[in-house]
Amino acid sequence: MSTVGVVVFPGSNCEHDVVEALTALGGRGELLWHGDDHLGDVDSVVLPGGFAHGDYLRPGAIARFSPILGAVTEFARSGGPVVGICNGFQILTEAGLLPGALQKNRGLKFICRDVSVRVESRESPLTSASAVGDVLRVPINHFEGNYTCSPETLAELRAEDRVVLRYVANPNGSIDDIAGVCSAGRNVVGLMPHPERAYDPLLGSGDGRLLLTSILETTPAKKHGVGPPVPAG
Amino acid sequence: MKFDVLVEVKLRPGIADPAGATIERSLPALGFSEVEGVRVGKAIRFTVEAADEDSARARVDELSRRFLANPVIEDAVVTLS
Repeated sequence: MSTVGVVVFPGSNCEHDVVEALTALGGRGELLWHGDDHLGDVDSVVLPGGFAHGDYLRPGAIARFSPILGAVTEFARSGGPVVGICNGFQILTEAGLLPGALQKNRGLKFICRDVSVRVESRESPLTSASAVGDVLRVPINHFEGNYTCSPETLAELRAEDRVVLRYVANPNGSIDDIAGVCSAGRNVVGLMPHPERAYDPLLGSGDGRLLLTSILETTPAKKHGVGPPVPAG
Repeated sequence: MKFDVLVEVKLRPGIADPAGATIERSLPALGFSEVEGVRVGKAIRFTVEAADEDSARARVDELSRRFLANPVIEDAVVTLS
């Protein structure tokens, strides 16, 4: 099984949950400090949830200046699988590795509850072990989870089948019910739900396993020496 | 020359503003029921050193676009003095 680098920013708070879940599924999670400028020998990278850099200015806005983001960007551009969960998704949009932005929830409230999401594409490091149409019960826990983007970007996401997860019942106002999207190269994925909080039925749901297992089973393109480039924006 | 800068970061029209909505909902209780359209943004102040006003504005516009505001959801209005 593969090793997943889990980046810890000041204010991250889901990194241990991610490592615990990956370990339970037979993989390995290695904590990486945001102040380092290298990833080490990892097969994929997860940016976990939390409040990186206190969410100052905007969620994810300051994380772009963390030294490790340079290494993460380089890894992503060489085709390496990168998954941002919740705050990690916000960081990926702010860093320009995913398009769009996460605005405050439509209902004006912080939402913390289980939701159902449907797998829309299995061509991503987050969904490869699932099947299109799978409905997964996974919790969300966010204030700024309302995905938005320009009409042109939305048309592009739809045309290229880059919406990987959609909410069955939209909880936060996200455009086109989007819960997760991937990059043009498909190797960078962001999602608002927390699969690491649903990896065992004891937690209320074990559906997150499919998503985490996908990450663990994804063969990093770098090991084959190939990988589609990831355009910014 | 040194310029005083005010960058106002505003949510673009149509972007959810829970703080503004909450303030607006609270005002009638204080007797200010005639207020509407409350929008909450950020005011960021700093000084910048530049040869002239045009180059100061160009630099501040760039830093606002690249960092202080997220162009997908926010607009930045720059005032120099």
